[in-house]
Amino acid sequence: MSATQSRVNDFVLKIGTVNGTGSASANGLLMKALFRMGIPVTGKNLFPSNIQGLPTWYEVRANKDGYISRSGRVDVMVAMNAQTYKQDLAEVSSGGFLIYDSTWPRETTLRRDDITVLGVPLARMANEHFKVARVRILMKNVAYVGVLAALLDIDLDIIRQLLKETFADKPKLVDSNLEAIMLGYDYAMKQFTCPLPVRAEKMGDNAGKVMMEGNAAAALGAVYAGATVGAWYPITPSTSVMDAFKSYCDMFRTDRESGERRYCIIQAEDELAAAGIVLGANWTGARAFTPTSGPGISLMSEFIGFAYYAEIPAVFMDIQRVGPSTGMPTRTQQCDLMLAAFASHGDTRHPMLFPCDPKECFELSVKAFDLAERLQTPVFFMSDLDIGMNDWMIDELQWDDQYQPDRGKVLTAEQLEGIDKFHRYLDRDGDGIPWRTLPGEHPKGAYFVRGSGHNRYGAYTEDAQEYQDVLDRLLLKWETAKQLVPGPVVRHAGKRSEHAIVAFGSSHGAVIEALDTLATGGIHADYMRLRAFPFNDDVEAFLDAHDTIFVVEQNRDAQMRSLLMLETGVAAEKLVPVLHYNGLPIPSDCVVDALRSHIRKEAAA
Amino acid sequence: MTYIQKPKIDLPGREKNAIGLTLRDYEGGLSTLCAGCGHDSITAAIVQAFYELAIPPENVIKLSGIGCSSKTPAYFVQGAHGFNSVHGRMPSVATGALAGNRSLVCIGVSGDGDSLSIGFGQFGHVVRRNLNMLYIIENNGVYGLTKGQFSASADPGSKAKKGEVNVMQSIDPVATAIALGGSFVARGFSGDRDQLVPLIKAGIRHEGCAILDVISPCVTFNDHEGSTKSYAYTRKNYHPAVYTDFVPPAEEIKVKYGEGEAISVTLHDGSKIRLRKADNDYDPSERSAVMHYLEAQRAKGEVVTGLLFIDEDLPEMHAISRTERAPLARRSFADLSPGAAALARLQKGMR
Repeated sequence: MSATQSRVNDFVLKIGTVNGTGSASANGLLMKALFRMGIPVTGKNLFPSNIQGLPTWYEVRANKDGYISRSGRVDVMVAMNAQTYKQDLAEVSSGGFLIYDSTWPRETTLRRDDITVLGVPLARMANEHFKVARVRILMKNVAYVGVLAALLDIDLDIIRQLLKETFADKPKLVDSNLEAIMLGYDYAMKQFTCPLPVRAEKMGDNAGKVMMEGNAAAALGAVYAGATVGAWYPITPSTSVMDAFKSYCDMFRTDRESGERRYCIIQAEDELAAAGIVLGANWTGARAFTPTSGPGISLMSEFIGFAYYAEIPAVFMDIQRVGPSTGMPTRTQQCDLMLAAFASHGDTRHPMLFPCDPKECFELSVKAFDLAERLQTPVFFMSDLDIGMNDWMIDELQWDDQYQPDRGKVLTAEQLEGIDKFHRYLDRDGDGIPWRTLPGEHPKGAYFVRGSGHNRYGAYTEDAQEYQDVLDRLLLKWETAKQLVPGPVVRHAGKRSEHAIVAFGSSHGAVIEALDTLATGGIHADYMRLRAFPFNDDVEAFLDAHDTIFVVEQNRDAQMRSLLMLETGVAAEKLVPVLHYNGLPIPSDCVVDALRSHIRKEAAA
Repeated sequence: MTYIQKPKIDLPGREKNAIGLTLRDYEGGLSTLCAGCGHDSITAAIVQAFYELAIPPENVIKLSGIGCSSKTPAYFVQGAHGFNSVHGRMPSVATGALAGNRSLVCIGVSGDGDSLSIGFGQFGHVVRRNLNMLYIIENNGVYGLTKGQFSASADPGSKAKKGEVNVMQSIDPVATAIALGGSFVARGFSGDRDQLVPLIKAGIRHEGCAILDVISPCVTFNDHEGSTKSYAYTRKNYHPAVYTDFVPPAEEIKVKYGEGEAISVTLHDGSKIRLRKADNDYDPSERSAVMHYLEAQRAKGEVVTGLLFIDEDLPEMHAISRTERAPLARRSFADLSPGAAALARLQKGMR
């Protein structure tokens, strides 16, 4: 046993279990209890692409300073899975603790002298107290919550309250869960010195904060934006977007008496069809979207190009996972930037939005619908598995009741009545965006949507001049898009700084923590978080103002760096790639180490 | 989709339908298909059917995929909204369009390549979804625009123009649609307009996915000796199983039929279809019997036509998903967004 530093409200708890054994609810309970003690907390799932029986981990980081990225350390490990015991043991940071189920002996050859190993006979206790086999398995997992409550000094009253709320409809479950928790709690209190130096301490109540997954927030955004049609093909890690959309629509848009629904969700036969459905619905004026992941975008590319050229609004939510090909479906990356930016054959380019947390998932989901209709083009909402499926603590979502959706340029029946002839692709306003009509609105509004060559009047063409005229106008529209997409968020170091960091999406948390760590070591960097593609003038100005810019992203090929070079003409040598692409969420160390080593090399040169 | 504007001349005395439009108002651009193409006859039948049903053109959406057949929506109902989508994907766009606005009258035109090869999946699933549309397959057994390759509906043993014999099995859209649980499955022939017009009208008024396979000879690549999709072959082996009369809601059925001679099906909008049997034992509501009959006739090389299967009770997409009656696309934003107070309440459970 080695000396342990005191770590109050600054620790990482990792729990290794077998998937399909109810550990998710036990872990959720732990995290929420810490949350209610007022400690900033995040929970990350590391799960297999499997239904039941394989190892799965849940990592809770509690941090009084509010850092939310993966830290790379493990202070307390709960190793419930014999299969991964060796690996779990090895992962504990020096001075840390490991708790295991001592019902069965562990290999004595596996030992570490620099950590503390605590055995609790969880299975035996659960078996003695509960009769049904399935219940025993579940309660074994609930029991470790009790053990941790004792060891980490987690408020039992809060746990009790959470159980009451969770099982409001099933009071019996409150009792049995509590019984299991007390088994673990009492055992730990009796056998060990509680609490450990690594522990929690109430620091408030996290008022104004909520715990949310990005996919739920994105779905909520779609509901609030007034989306009525959702089409999809199930794919990890985007499935929970549609699950959430369905449950929120059921909550808010189902007539309680008639059962009639003010929405239509279609589980399509594949992603190609899902994209077609989204286009068809948007064509008739309904806000429609599809949640998917990289492989889905590959399949949808045909329709994406169509929507670009025929100018049909559409929202594609890409919850990115590890590629290429099937890749690792349950791991995270930011690897679809190039794919989404230029999806489909021919000259195409599409706006993308990069939410950095569930709060922005909500806000940018709404924005995606506004942009799609304003620009009459496909818009990509680029989230990822880390944001989408993990538990994030965020400021409560806000909604402005004054908000009105931007439906873009749609001619009403009255407007059509007043005009001589409607021409679909005529740029009347000089911003590259033509006016459109909706089917069923007015006889004068009829036109033919086509993916084949067309002129500014909407008629088929094979004429060189007429074809190019439309293609050039689409470029003008791209310029307009730059003015409409959300600009970057810039954070100045406050001191003169030669260095800068550019990042986006789920890398944000790691960068924020890295900036503070670097600053304590005397390295100060300005930081620009990108929120959209195309890049506006602010992005260019930031790039111009710095000599060395670290572009942090979670893919192998530095895709964002390439996009910056392609679109802004920034010199390649100014942009230093900082890449993390093993499928785990990026830790702050990755950013810190990359900057330090580059700066060291620069100094040596 | 090439087309040439057709000059519109209003002749005095031209007959008008119930909403004051003439037949010409339901026409489209001039066809650029080959002279004698079966597709043009189908287009004429579509024009006739929409005119007779007196549907406001702006309430019609006409969609297609890619291929000769898919060019034809430009040639009918010029006041309708058209959507010439990508190859084999018309059904998904139609699904989305009707999801957004279920009050629109939807006709999709496809071909045997578009529906039975590249779009076979979407064809199958739109049937399964029972989307409320008329889905016409202009079936000629050949790829025309790419100059004469066999399509998936080419019969085994049939010959290509240059003599090559097809050895693969053919996909029959009618048998397939019935097997998939289709609610309305019919076959017509571009050369028999009297049969085609009521089939189109019934298909439009049927609440669900009406599959209408129309044998439509390709005069350029598949109208020769040895082809089983030629005018000559189809005429020789033409075998109507049922004759269809379409009776609009307000009209009375005037013709008297003998006992067991005809079946009457009432559609959801109150119109009726009278099915007169050509074959005495034929019952278009008995799925297994229909399948058996079709297989027996196929073995004999007969081209069975008519409204071959109908089940008016199968729920269409919106009935299945319990969507409200009013078109979603027309809902005001106030009816859709739950508001700030609801968001605050919802988030109480996220702490």
